[in-house]
Amino acid sequence: MAVVNTNHKSCTVNPLKMSQPIGAALAFMGLNNCMPTLHGSQGCTSFGLVLFVRHFREMIPMQTTAMNEVNTILGGMENIEQAIINIWERTKPAVIGLASTGLTETKGDDVEAHIKLIRAKHPELAETAIIYASTPDYVGAFQDGWSKAAVRIVEESAVYCQVKQVNRVNVLPGSHLTPADIDEVREIIESFGLCAVFIPDISGSLDGHIPEDFTPTTLGGTTTLELRTMGAARATIAIGEQMHAAAIELEMKTGVPYTMFDRLAGLDANDNFLQFLSNLSGKPVALKYRRQRSQLQDAMLDAHFFTGGKKIAIGAEPDLLWALGNFLTEMGCELSAVVTTTQSPLLEKMPAEEVLIGDLEDLEMRAKNCDLLITHSHGRQMAERLHLPFLRFGIPNFDRLGAAHKLSVGYRGTKELVFELANTFLAEYHEATPDSWRESFQEIGTELSNEAHTTCASNGSCSSCN
Amino acid sequence: MASLNEKVQDVFNEPACDKNQAKGEKERKKGCTKQLTPGAAAGGCAFDGAKIALQPITDVAHLVHGPIACEGNGWDNRGAKSSDSKLYRTGFTTDISELDVIYGGEKRLYKSIREVLDKYNPPAVFVYQTCVTALIGDDIEAVCKAATAKFCKPIIPINAPGFVGAKNLGNKLAGEALLEYVIGTEEPEFTTPYDINIIGEYNLAGELWQIKPLLDELGIRILACISGDAKYKEVAYSHRAKAAMMVCSKAMINVARKMEERYNIPFFEGSFYGITDTSESLRQITKLLVQQGAAEELLSRTEKLIFREETRAWEGINRYRAKLQGKKVLLITGGVKSWSVVSALQEGGMEIVGTSVKKSTDEDKDKIKELMGEDAHMFDDMRPRDMYAMLKECRADIMLSGGRSQFVALKVKMPWLDINQERHHAYAGYVGMVELVKQIEQALYHPVWAQVRKPAPWETLSSEVVEAKAA
Repeated sequence: MAVVNTNHKSCTVNPLKMSQPIGAALAFMGLNNCMPTLHGSQGCTSFGLVLFVRHFREMIPMQTTAMNEVNTILGGMENIEQAIINIWERTKPAVIGLASTGLTETKGDDVEAHIKLIRAKHPELAETAIIYASTPDYVGAFQDGWSKAAVRIVEESAVYCQVKQVNRVNVLPGSHLTPADIDEVREIIESFGLCAVFIPDISGSLDGHIPEDFTPTTLGGTTTLELRTMGAARATIAIGEQMHAAAIELEMKTGVPYTMFDRLAGLDANDNFLQFLSNLSGKPVALKYRRQRSQLQDAMLDAHFFTGGKKIAIGAEPDLLWALGNFLTEMGCELSAVVTTTQSPLLEKMPAEEVLIGDLEDLEMRAKNCDLLITHSHGRQMAERLHLPFLRFGIPNFDRLGAAHKLSVGYRGTKELVFELANTFLAEYHEATPDSWRESFQEIGTELSNEAHTTCASNGSCSSCN
Repeated sequence: MASLNEKVQDVFNEPACDKNQAKGEKERKKGCTKQLTPGAAAGGCAFDGAKIALQPITDVAHLVHGPIACEGNGWDNRGAKSSDSKLYRTGFTTDISELDVIYGGEKRLYKSIREVLDKYNPPAVFVYQTCVTALIGDDIEAVCKAATAKFCKPIIPINAPGFVGAKNLGNKLAGEALLEYVIGTEEPEFTTPYDINIIGEYNLAGELWQIKPLLDELGIRILACISGDAKYKEVAYSHRAKAAMMVCSKAMINVARKMEERYNIPFFEGSFYGITDTSESLRQITKLLVQQGAAEELLSRTEKLIFREETRAWEGINRYRAKLQGKKVLLITGGVKSWSVVSALQEGGMEIVGTSVKKSTDEDKDKIKELMGEDAHMFDDMRPRDMYAMLKECRADIMLSGGRSQFVALKVKMPWLDINQERHHAYAGYVGMVELVKQIEQALYHPVWAQVRKPAPWETLSSEVVEAKAA
């Protein structure tokens, strides 16, 4: 149980947090043939685009309504209309995912009404879904934007289905899951003879594959058909607290019951997940996963020597923090400095004394006596200053390759986490030297040598006299 | 104090820009930024431009007044290098909340300035305006004025909110802020007849340091670089330079021109990309310095240095020339540096099959025509789809561009080289040119291309089987 505090500074220094609209944009990137579009000035999109390009090292489809000073004040309907028409003409997307920004929210554009009017005026858009999420920059953080977009995707697309697909499962993954994580979860679910549809699914669009042809929109992800048939599934699995709202919405609209999994890193968490899937499908856990479970147990045994008692400084969004924080605690580490970006019901349950909603300066001040730093790439300056070993987790990860392929779910992903963690400590292991323990004797040593001075002052051969 | 609108008009009305002067009165008022097309726009905003232009000043605290997006989504993401202070890489933002939007963010800004001064003690704080805080009417000029008076440190307002226009306008507005609040406010300990300013050079990947040794050898002192690896005080006393070089085309022409008017510092427009351009720039620098009273022997010393360095660079490039001869290059840059890179590549024996001129001025375009001939392939706005087609059909062997279009090339399994903001290699001056040619050679002849282009054996096998069956 943790005390949740918010820092009382006016100035944020070295932000940990990113804004809602780009969280929403990433969720829209998990829809097939989609053009995520931010309703704001061109810079709002440009910063997000550069961030994702550097993180995923992929082409990122993202557009802007290009608001300027004048049309911000007069209202952005014309710009939204032009943007939608231009995108439609140029790329013919199946979905346009629109997210507002601080700029247009301050003005108070009624985007939903605008979209209705635009639809009435342009019947040619009938086949294109336009999903809008309200995501002001000055509220919440990245995962909130993702969460809101997911809710809106469900609201706009889910319909009740009379006919059920007995094997189908909906999966609502949080923004902390990488494309590799999604692929792993899919494989696990499929091993029970079930068929998983992820909403949204960035494993199709941002997993770094090479397409046959040029696509200006997303090149994979949840298809419109899959969205329309969410109601035909027999169950919904939500991964991460941020997907709770979308799961409830989906159940209310379609009657498909949901189950929450707050995390999928750790032995216990995966035991629960596989047991659930086994119950759902009526099939036993596949041999492959029994084997993987045993490998994970073995990895944990091998690693526990090196991870026990280590102090961790961690900065991450709530759901990633929850997953990693609990895993670390299960490996015997202590969460000494914990900083996050936004509110979540999970925060007070964190296995730490304090969880601070703050920035990397706060983390740096608390991290001085820690053994390891875990946060996104912006922790690099702090790690250097504090001489801390540093593991990069979360978005952005711009100074290492393979962000999309980082696996941390399932028995296999947990095993990789275990090794990564333990190896980091092993790399920091310092060989013993003759002076390693001298300091601990120093105080008592001086007392003795003082005594020696008084008793054998005349004897030059006594080493303590020299 | 001029309003933001007046200032925007002022920078649009740039007498040193011939493109601007060729326009009619009415057209000129519209400014030089093209109207953006919603749904088909790319590139950064004015705030982004202002930040790019000023963030390389290393010992200043750069404080962004706005919601988290403006700083949180993109801080510490540029390759401007510092020889000393790392403070410029620290992200400061007021991170305004919903309540600030309702009640105004000025108090938070004022308190933020105090916190930054208390904790980091920088010689100055630059406060950047953003869209939301501009829209709700936060008067950052007034807050900065009050803070300057209270804390006895220069607190400089940079009024370039994103929605006033594109990156280029932001560069210029940043320059205006320097002219209004910084330049001329301090004095150097001493001056020499060999003091110059370099304006519009950001020391990306440390490129300034590829040039500095040459200037050092000639006894020329960079009084201030605006703004690569600069200290606040250097910019503040830059008005004592004897001559100036303006790099990066028109981005900061207003600074160079107004410093000439106000402080009598003659300037020229030059580039450190390419061998001939570097030599030409060195000649211009020394010519201006001699005009301003430096000893004439500087000219002959410069020629000797140029001869030595050119010989060395040509030898360096010649090692690659055979392998690069006739290779076709597609060059997509922000536009500003197109022509300087064009001549540089031609020196390496390569053929430029196309270049983007989206942000180039008419003058830039003329220069490109001069270099590439009248039928030069210049693209105003090349769509990624077209770049993709061009590379897929092998009409180019390699693409040189900024980071965001790299995957257009990589996804067709064609070589690509980063020549933009985030690049890791430095390409300036004589050594930089050799490095660029070396990198191009390395990219073109990398062993991965053959591997990744080869189809999977079962793909060829199956087609053979099909053929065999058909036969």
